Amino acid sequence: MNMPNGAASPNSPALTNGSGAAAILAAGIGSFALAMLACVGDKLAAVKNSLIFYKPTGPLSGVTTGAILIWLVSWVILEWRWRNKTVGAGRIAALALALLALSLLLTFPPVVDLF
Amino acid sequence: MEITARALWTLIHGLGFGALYLLACSGALMEFYRFTTSSAPPESTPGQERFPKVYFFAMTVLAWAAVLTGTYVIYPWYRAAPPPGTTDLSMFPQRLLMSSPTTTGWHSLGMEWKEHVAWFCPISITMVSFVFIRYGRSLKNHPQLRAAVLSFAVASFVAAGIAGFFGAMINKFAPVQGGHTIQLSQGEEK
Repeated sequence: MNMPNGAASPNSPALTNGSGAAAILAAGIGSFALAMLACVGDKLAAVKNSLIFYKPTGPLSGVTTGAILIWLVSWVILEWRWRNKTVGAGRIAALALALLALSLLLTFPPVVDLF
Repeated sequence: MEITARALWTLIHGLGFGALYLLACSGALMEFYRFTTSSAPPESTPGQERFPKVYFFAMTVLAWAAVLTGTYVIYPWYRAAPPPGTTDLSMFPQRLLMSSPTTTGWHSLGMEWKEHVAWFCPISITMVSFVFIRYGRSLKNHPQLRAAVLSFAVASFVAAGIAGFFGAMINKFAPVQGGHTIQLSQGEEK
């Protein structure tokens, strides 16, 4: 029977936390990839030039496309591995939030200028 | 009353997708918390249960529309390089901002930050929507997932706020202009 409120029925197994944890960690990885690509591209001319996927937008096209690909690939892999598993959600959530915090920091220009 | 094509796109990007996303964020945070910490009321209908999921899906579409129009439609106009010898920089917003020490910070801090931080919004809200739609009220049983998802939703709100603020300020000091003119209405002659 289709449960409208997303809760597990008494006869069906409860949702494991693996799928949610995979999505959360992948979002952290994707955000961090974006910040790292932006930071490295800003510091190294060779990387900056290689990130120009679409000339009118410049290196931002490569930074964002690269990060989106890393995010989606990591999500697919993690989802495939954890989909039906119960994982250590606390540890994974902490790692994802640490990656997100680092990402926010690494996109702030005065911080980037420190390197 | 008329508007240029580029100004119209800027309006669609900022006031359409961006501002609507920011407005939706505050409601989404409240709804996410309420929905995932309570049981379904006995009188709730499938439509009422479906509504917040549709709301999050719509927010995801708005976030992607905002960053894609910003990055691939407006940003190229913003960063366009003027031909050598150009003295009037009004059609080249980035160069116009960088031409004065009183405005260069809007580019070196504002745009440099905005162009990257804005992309955290679609990544975060896509994940938030996925988890919300997949788990629904059963997130109540996964407090660590719920807290992490809520944190990403807050980060997405903050990132959208930063991008929106700098977008508005940059467009105030160096508006994106040009393209063909669209006549919105005919004014009366005095």
